[in-house]
Amino acid sequence: MNSLITAAVLLALLGLAYQLGWSKSRRLETAGAKLHSRPSYHGYLTVVWALAPALVILLFWLLFSDRITQSYILSLLPPDVAALTGADLFSAIRRVRDIASGFGVAGETQPWENAAGQSLREFNALTFAIVTAAAAGAGALAMLWARSRIAPRFRARNEFEGVVRVLLIACSGVAILTTAGIIASLLAESIRFFSFISPIDFFFGTSWSPGFSTTGNEAHGEYGMIPLVWGTLMIAAIAMLVSLPIGLMTAVYLSQYAAPRLRDTVKPVIEILAGIPTIVYGFFALVTVGPFFSNVGALIGLDIRATSAFTAGVVMGIMIIPFISSLSDDILRQVPRAMRDGSLGLGATKSETIRQVILPAALPGIVGAFLLAVSRAIGETMIVVLAAGNSPYLRFNPFEPVSTVTVTIVKQLTGDTDFASPQSLVAFALGLTLFVMTLILNVVALQIVRRYREQYE
Amino acid sequence: MTDLSTSETKPETIPMHMTSGSAIIESSELGKGKTVRTPDKENRPVRVKARDVSVFYGPKQALFDVSIDIPAKAVTAFIGPSGCGKSTFLRCLNRMNDTIEGCRVTGQIELDGSDIHDRDLDVVELRARVGMVFQKPNPFPKSIFENVAYGPKIHGLARSKSELEGIVESSLRRASLWEEVKDRLHEPGTGLSGGQQQRLCIARAIAVSPEVILMDEPCSALDPIATAKIEELIDELKQNFTIVIVTHSMQQAARVSQRTAFFHLGNLVEEGPTDTIFTSPKEKRTQDYITGRFG
Ligand SMILES: Nc1ncnc2c1ncn2[C@@H]1O[C@H](COP(=O)(O)OP(=O)(O)O)[C@@H](O)[C@H]1O
Ligand SMILES: [Mg+2]
Repeated sequence: MNSLITAAVLLALLGLAYQLGWSKSRRLETAGAKLHSRPSYHGYLTVVWALAPALVILLFWLLFSDRITQSYILSLLPPDVAALTGADLFSAIRRVRDIASGFGVAGETQPWENAAGQSLREFNALTFAIVTAAAAGAGALAMLWARSRIAPRFRARNEFEGVVRVLLIACSGVAILTTAGIIASLLAESIRFFSFISPIDFFFGTSWSPGFSTTGNEAHGEYGMIPLVWGTLMIAAIAMLVSLPIGLMTAVYLSQYAAPRLRDTVKPVIEILAGIPTIVYGFFALVTVGPFFSNVGALIGLDIRATSAFTAGVVMGIMIIPFISSLSDDILRQVPRAMRDGSLGLGATKSETIRQVILPAALPGIVGAFLLAVSRAIGETMIVVLAAGNSPYLRFNPFEPVSTVTVTIVKQLTGDTDFASPQSLVAFALGLTLFVMTLILNVVALQIVRRYREQYE
Repeated sequence: MTDLSTSETKPETIPMHMTSGSAIIESSELGKGKTVRTPDKENRPVRVKARDVSVFYGPKQALFDVSIDIPAKAVTAFIGPSGCGKSTFLRCLNRMNDTIEGCRVTGQIELDGSDIHDRDLDVVELRARVGMVFQKPNPFPKSIFENVAYGPKIHGLARSKSELEGIVESSLRRASLWEEVKDRLHEPGTGLSGGQQQRLCIARAIAVSPEVILMDEPCSALDPIATAKIEELIDELKQNFTIVIVTHSMQQAARVSQRTAFFHLGNLVEEGPTDTIFTSPKEKRTQDYITGRFG
C-alpha cells in the first residue's frame, strides 16, 4: 500500500516537473525568443533532473538500509543475546524482525522481544519518512534548479541526448555487472572451499567421495574432480559424434539441395527440436532410450546399462542437432555464390563442389558452431541428471553409468546444505571450473566465427 | 530486323574438313528465314551455334530468340547496356543457367555441331569443354597450386603427380602468371592481388583444356594496369581457344575482339566483325549505343 501511494505521488510529481519545464520554455517562446530546443525537451530534462537525485538517495538507502537496521536491532538486544554468534544470533534477529513486521513468530515471545519489535517498527517508520523526505526534497530542489536554467539558448536537446546515452550504458552495465558479480561470488566461495581441500587434490584427484556434511567429523572425504570431468567429456564427445554428422548433413541438404519452399518449412520444424525443454529429453532418455539400448545390447550380447554415458550422450546429441544444423546452414549459405559457380563452371558436380569448395570455405565457421555446441553439451544438466546414472567413478566404458560436473553440483546443493562445509562449497569450485571451460570454448569459437565473417565482408 | 547476312562469306571457300564448315548452310535453314549471322571473312569455323535462344526467369522473359554463330579461335565480344541479357546469354553456352532457381532456356545451342541440351551430352562434360571466368575473381580458398589443379583432378586429367604439376605449370604460364607465383605455389590464392586472382581464375579454366572460354566482364573489378594485362592475355589465348567476352566497355570490345554482338533489352540487335560494328553499324540502336547516346 505504502509503495503504491509512493508510486502514484511520484508519477504526479514527474508530470508536474514536465509541466514546469515545458510551460516555462513555452512562455519564453511565445514571448518571442528563438528557442534552441523544443519545449518538450525542456520538459523531459526537468523530469530527469527531478528524478536523478531522488533515485540516487533511494539507491543508497537500498544498499545500506539492511546494515543500518541490523546494527539498530543489535543495539536493542539484551547483552546475553547479543553475545550469541552464528545461526543463533541470526535467528534472534530474525524473530525481532518478524515481530516488527507483524508476521508473527513461532513459540512464546519474550517481553524483550516484543519491546524490541515495537522499537524496530517505530525506527522503520521514522527512517522511511526521513528517506522519503530527503528524496522528495532533493528532487524538488533539483527540479527548481533545472527550471531556472531554462533559457532560449539552453541546449536541452543535446543534454537530453546525453541522458539517453547514460541510460543505455547503465542498462548494458546491468548485464556486465551481473556477470562480474557471479564470477566474484564463484571465486570467493571457491577460495573458501580451497581452504578445506587443497587445489591439487581437487583438480588432479581421481576419487570422488565427499561424504556427508552432517557427520561433523574432521574427515571431509575425497574431492578429486577427474572422474566428473571425464564423465562430462565422454558424454559431450558421444553427443558430438551423434550431432555433428547428422547436423552437418542436414545443413548441407538444406542449404544446397532443398528447394526454397521445402527449406522454409523444414528448418523451423527442425528448430522445434531446440525448443523442447531438456527435462523432457531427460525423461525420454530415462524411460525410452535407455531401456531400448539396454535391450539392444542384450540382443547382441553387449552389457549396456540403461542409464549410462552412452544413453545420455546420444539423447544430448539429438538435442544438439538443430543447434548445429541451423548454425551450419547459415554459415554454408554465407559462402559466396561465386565460389560455388566457380567450381560448377569447371565441370565439378554438386557434391564435389560441396565437399571440395563449399565445406572447406565454411570450415572455420563450422568449427565455431561445433565449439559452441560442445560448450552447450558440457553445461547441459537435466539430461545427465536423469540418464547418466550418477556414478562418480573413473570408468572408461561408455556403457557404464558415469557422473558429470553438472550432476554433481545439483547433488551437492540439494537436500540439507550447510554453506560452511566443503560438501556444499565444492559446488562453487565445480561451477567455476565449468564456467572457465565453457568460457574458453566460447571465446575461441566466437573468435573463429568472427574471423570467418570478415573473410567474406 | 533486317537480314544481316552479307556476301562477305562464300560457302565454297570454307574448307570441308572443318566440322562446322557446312554449318553456314544449315544455319540458314535453322534460322527459318530469321536473322542468320555468318562467321567473319577470315572463314573461321563456327564453334558455337545458337538458334532462337530465349531465357525466362520465372514468368519474366529476359532473352528473346537470340541466334548467333561464334567462330573458333577468335574473340567475340558481347556489348550492351547493363541488364540487357549479355550474362544471361553467356550462361546459356555452358548451361550455368541450370544452377539458377526458376531459370528456363528454350531454343537450340550447338557446340561443334552437337546439341548441348542433348541427353547424351553430360553437363559436367560440357562445362569442362566450355570454361568460364567470372566478373569478380573467385579463387577457391585453397593454395594457388590447388586452385589450378582442381579441374584436372576432378576430371582425372593427370595420371601422376608430375603430370599434374606439368598441367599446373603450363596453365599458369599460359595465363602469364607463372613468373609471379612460381615461388609461392602453396600459398593461398586469395592472397594474390585482384588482377593476379583473375589470371589465376583464367589459369584454372585453361587447366581443363576447354575449347571455349566464356568471360563475364572479367576486368570490371580490376584497375587499368591489371586490365591491360588481362587484355593482352586474351589476345594470346585466342590462338588456341574460342573466347566469348562480355564487356561494358566499348573500348575493350574494340581492342580485344574480332567480332562484336550488341544486345539491347534482351534482343541481339546486331552482330558482325568488330570494325564494321564500330564504324558502320546497320542498326540505329547500335549507332546510338556506340556513340554514347544511351547506355
Ligand atoms: N538470377 C536471376 N533471376 C531473375 N532475373 C534475373 C537473374 N539474372 C538476371 N536477371 C534479369 O535478366 C535480365 C538480364 O540480366 P543480365 O543477363 O545479368 O544482364 P547483363 O549481364 O547484360 O547486365 C535483367 O533484367 C535481370 O534483371
Ligand atoms: Mg552481366
